[in-house]
Amino acid sequence: MKTKLFVAVMGAAFGVTAAASAATLDDVKSNGRLSCGVSTGLAGFSAPNDAGEWSGLDVDYCRAIAAAVFDDPEAVSYVPLTAKERFTALQSGEVDVLSRNTTWTMSRDTQLGLNFAGVNYYDGQGFMVPKELGVSSALELSGASVCVQTGTTTELNLTDYFRANSMDYNPVAFERLEDVNTAYSSGRCDVYTTDASGLYSIRLTLPSPDDHMVLPEIISKEPLGPAVRQGDDQWFSVVKWVHYALLNAEELGVTSENVEEMTSSENPDIRRLLGAEGNFGESIGLEADWAVRVIKHVGNYGELFDRNVGPDTPLGIARGLNALWTEGGIQYAPPVR
Amino acid sequence: MSVEGAAGRAAAAGGGGVAKARLLYDPRFRSWAFQIALVVAVVLFFFWIAGNAARNLQQANIASGFGFLDVRAGFVIAETPIHYTDNSTYGRAFLVGLLNTIIVAFLGIVFATVLGFVIGIARLSKNWLVARLATAYVEVMRNIPLLLQLLFWYKAVLAVLPSPRQGLELPLGVFLNNRGLFIPRPVMETGGGMLLGAIGIAALATYLLARWAKARRMRTGHSFPMLRVGLAIMLGLPFVVYVLAGAPITFDVPELQGFNFTGGKQVSPEFTALLLGLSIYTSAFIAEIVRAGILSVSRGQWEAAGALGVRYGRILRLIIIPQAMRVIIPPLTSQYLNLTKNSSLAVAIGYPDLVAVFAGTVLNQTGQAVEVILMTMAVYLTLSLLTSAFMNWFNARYALVER
Amino acid sequence: MAEQHSEVDRFFVREQMVEAMPPPGVRRGAGDWFRRNLFSSVPNGIMTILALLFLAWSIPPLIQWAFIDAVWEGTNREACLGPDVGACWAFVKAKFGQFIYGRYPIGERWRVDLVFLLLAAGLVPMAIPSAPYKALNALFLLVIFPVAAFILLTGGFGLRVVPTEFWGGLLVTLVVAITGIVVSFPLGILLALGRRSKMPAVRLLSIAFIELWRGVPLITVLFMSSVMLPFFLPDGVSFDKLLRALIGVAFFSSAYMAEVVRGGLQAIPKGQYEAAAAMGLGYWPMMYLIILPQALKLVIPGIVNTFIGLFKDTSLVLIIGLFDLLGIVQFNFTDSNWATPQTAATGFAFAALVFWIFCFGMSRYSMFIERRLETGHKH
Repeated sequence: MKTKLFVAVMGAAFGVTAAASAATLDDVKSNGRLSCGVSTGLAGFSAPNDAGEWSGLDVDYCRAIAAAVFDDPEAVSYVPLTAKERFTALQSGEVDVLSRNTTWTMSRDTQLGLNFAGVNYYDGQGFMVPKELGVSSALELSGASVCVQTGTTTELNLTDYFRANSMDYNPVAFERLEDVNTAYSSGRCDVYTTDASGLYSIRLTLPSPDDHMVLPEIISKEPLGPAVRQGDDQWFSVVKWVHYALLNAEELGVTSENVEEMTSSENPDIRRLLGAEGNFGESIGLEADWAVRVIKHVGNYGELFDRNVGPDTPLGIARGLNALWTEGGIQYAPPVR
Repeated sequence: MSVEGAAGRAAAAGGGGVAKARLLYDPRFRSWAFQIALVVAVVLFFFWIAGNAARNLQQANIASGFGFLDVRAGFVIAETPIHYTDNSTYGRAFLVGLLNTIIVAFLGIVFATVLGFVIGIARLSKNWLVARLATAYVEVMRNIPLLLQLLFWYKAVLAVLPSPRQGLELPLGVFLNNRGLFIPRPVMETGGGMLLGAIGIAALATYLLARWAKARRMRTGHSFPMLRVGLAIMLGLPFVVYVLAGAPITFDVPELQGFNFTGGKQVSPEFTALLLGLSIYTSAFIAEIVRAGILSVSRGQWEAAGALGVRYGRILRLIIIPQAMRVIIPPLTSQYLNLTKNSSLAVAIGYPDLVAVFAGTVLNQTGQAVEVILMTMAVYLTLSLLTSAFMNWFNARYALVER
Repeated sequence: MAEQHSEVDRFFVREQMVEAMPPPGVRRGAGDWFRRNLFSSVPNGIMTILALLFLAWSIPPLIQWAFIDAVWEGTNREACLGPDVGACWAFVKAKFGQFIYGRYPIGERWRVDLVFLLLAAGLVPMAIPSAPYKALNALFLLVIFPVAAFILLTGGFGLRVVPTEFWGGLLVTLVVAITGIVVSFPLGILLALGRRSKMPAVRLLSIAFIELWRGVPLITVLFMSSVMLPFFLPDGVSFDKLLRALIGVAFFSSAYMAEVVRGGLQAIPKGQYEAAAAMGLGYWPMMYLIILPQALKLVIPGIVNTFIGLFKDTSLVLIIGLFDLLGIVQFNFTDSNWATPQTAATGFAFAALVFWIFCFGMSRYSMFIERRLETGHKH
């Protein structure tokens, strides 16, 4: 009897939100909103303010995708996910795209059924310690209690690093980032380890940031980027090319301010990117001016970086590896052609 | 009655059933038709779910099957009752999580029971102040969510302990700081086996003596000072052997080295907070169960025992509690079950129990949510069904025959 | 052994008369009350003294912390720093809006207030036994209020739409708890009837449903419903995260409710069923008019305990990323503006107080109703 009721309840639910299609892009269009998986709060990447408005580099990727699809960067439902929930949420279709400082690894790319659309931040894992500990290198950390978030590549790299250097440690592992932060700031552990960008971001939220320092060692490669489900090439292309459009726009000097004038530019590269020439938008299921919408609403990659994590923000992170290939970094996008 | 009953049920189940029921007046037929329809609906529903899941998983190209259990885990777990390193398998990590759950649940059950009985009896005390205090304890503890209590113990009490370098040094080489409680760990030297043997012999002797004392009391009515003699044997014999064998046990005393204490046995704040929270929360419920059980024993039993000149403590222990147990056991078992399930809240304070290790870290490293969650649920379901089975057996055994 | 039968007897039976006890003293006045209730015997006296010592050890520091040394005013952490500072109530004051409404847009919070007001307007007269128009009141509470609350909270009809991800604090706690209670009660009754049904398929399915939900921890249920449910549905079908948590909580507590109700059904003597059948009542009229009113009355404490358990369990939704009262309090600990050693303790004290008031209130009300419905059959 109950089971029938269950069916009825679910039936009622379908009636409201069902969308009979396997294509993510069509689902997103018919829902009128993009469901974007973000972190539960990491300043500079994805964090809500007191009014519940999300901002950050990863959040701007959600907005860019929404802008490309709807011409409206606000048509996004943000779904805060813990490290544990994120892949299941993406696999199950709970979110359309996962833009949550997630490291691109081979096993995630193959066994978890994910496709990484690109690298929006080249990162590496580091350590943060209180200055009063008097430690200047990660190699002096033998025997320390280390705060780490469970279910991350960080946790695995940490194990490898200590094993490779024949050191021991006591893991203090939590599922939620906030809990790791509280444990570190209350002194439950000596060391905090996560991606270096994360460490700078977390240091800011500590009561006295100046009492803590990030150690010089970077122990891993952490290419972070947005991911989608496998099996939907069209949606994969949309996310991938929104990323490339942001990079190409910076390379071609197209910014949110000049994008309207640029549409009448003579430069064929710019004309193709902005849809004045060719039919590139249609080939990924979007309008011809898809890139204009993205850049108009959220800016190019350089603007995103400077606004959220760059030297003028509290995080104050230099471009480094994340500069364009033309400027000594490794951010490089295939051309629109 | 059953005619109307079947119709009523069919009507409740949905519009389609009503018309059919009006046509066919044989109650047995209708009952069967309804049941077959129900079973078919349920089976179809599960087929539908399984089909969706299989299709979704395949479409997303997600690995499936239980092969992942043999893969190297690659992460470290903070508390490992059995040997486990990052080179162990996910299957081993599952076992570690399961054992951690069982350890904390078992200790929680022991503490909660003792505390619950004490508080429950105190609530009925003739001493006004003690009864009021016990009542306040119960009303406060059972009306605040367990998760809140756990977080309170962990984040507001244990987190404000001093750091290892400024930590408290207690007598006997015990240290208390925000990394936990460090106690000396006994280490067996040569000759330690003799000591273990002595403990074994003492236990056996105490048991035999207790049996003899009980038999004699049954036969003659003479009581024997079992507690005192038993304690003397249990403590005395091992002590004598310990001295004779030349102190074969040394203690590994924790000491501050670098960042942390090394050596000794560490009781982590996560474990302590979880154990405290679970025991205190559940003890409030057990206290209420014990109180209800004692009140269910008729007053005449107290009066009769009192008239025979038996003291209060002995009335309680020998006459009231054994009768109250019939009322106490069933709800007590379900409290034990709740405690076991509630231990899964460990995930909120970082204790590596089954849910945190397996349905947390392993799930995330492998991405095989369906298999992992099914295994986790199966474990809890098995524990729960075993407890239910035990409870039914116990009930049947101790039920009053005359009822 | 050479012991004889008479020896056994001698062990139990007194051979001399006990001396007569003195006449009872004056049973009046404070001194007598103290003697009888606190110092009736030596062990009793010792316990009293221990209890007093415990109170002296625990109560004054608590009062000191919560009131005397507490900080009531302040705009940021500076106010609550210092060596001898007690509870930082200024933190609760600054974040009070978030604790109640979560991230509900500030301009729209009157809608939540209105819902709270409507709920109180429906609930208070319902709870007072002597208030008139019970049927109308029930209609308001069960039909008009849910619809009105749904429209007010989610928006539409000219109101700004507020997605559930902005809901939080006490609002979410109450929404989850009330929906859970309203859904689990009838569902639990149906399951209990199903478990006692004469039809084997219905009985088995009810048992399977009940034992399955009772056998697993709520957080795995919530995890399933929050991230895994879409696996089991066709492509593109999804519904709100809060709604899924609601379904999980409601099913979970309906299984517990079913067991409580079953206890009540079992306690009804067979004669009641037979008498009802002899009157020609069918299954549903019999249940509705004869059996359930008696059975439910018997298990009121159990029902209310299930409600209280459900109310407390709502705090678990924080594990799946919904910000209920406890979740939002905890979330605010990470605000560096308010990071002080006292923040956590103060926040937890506030949340505990709110939960306690609701749960304790419910348990007291159930005792009141239990006494009122006592029709004297037991005596």
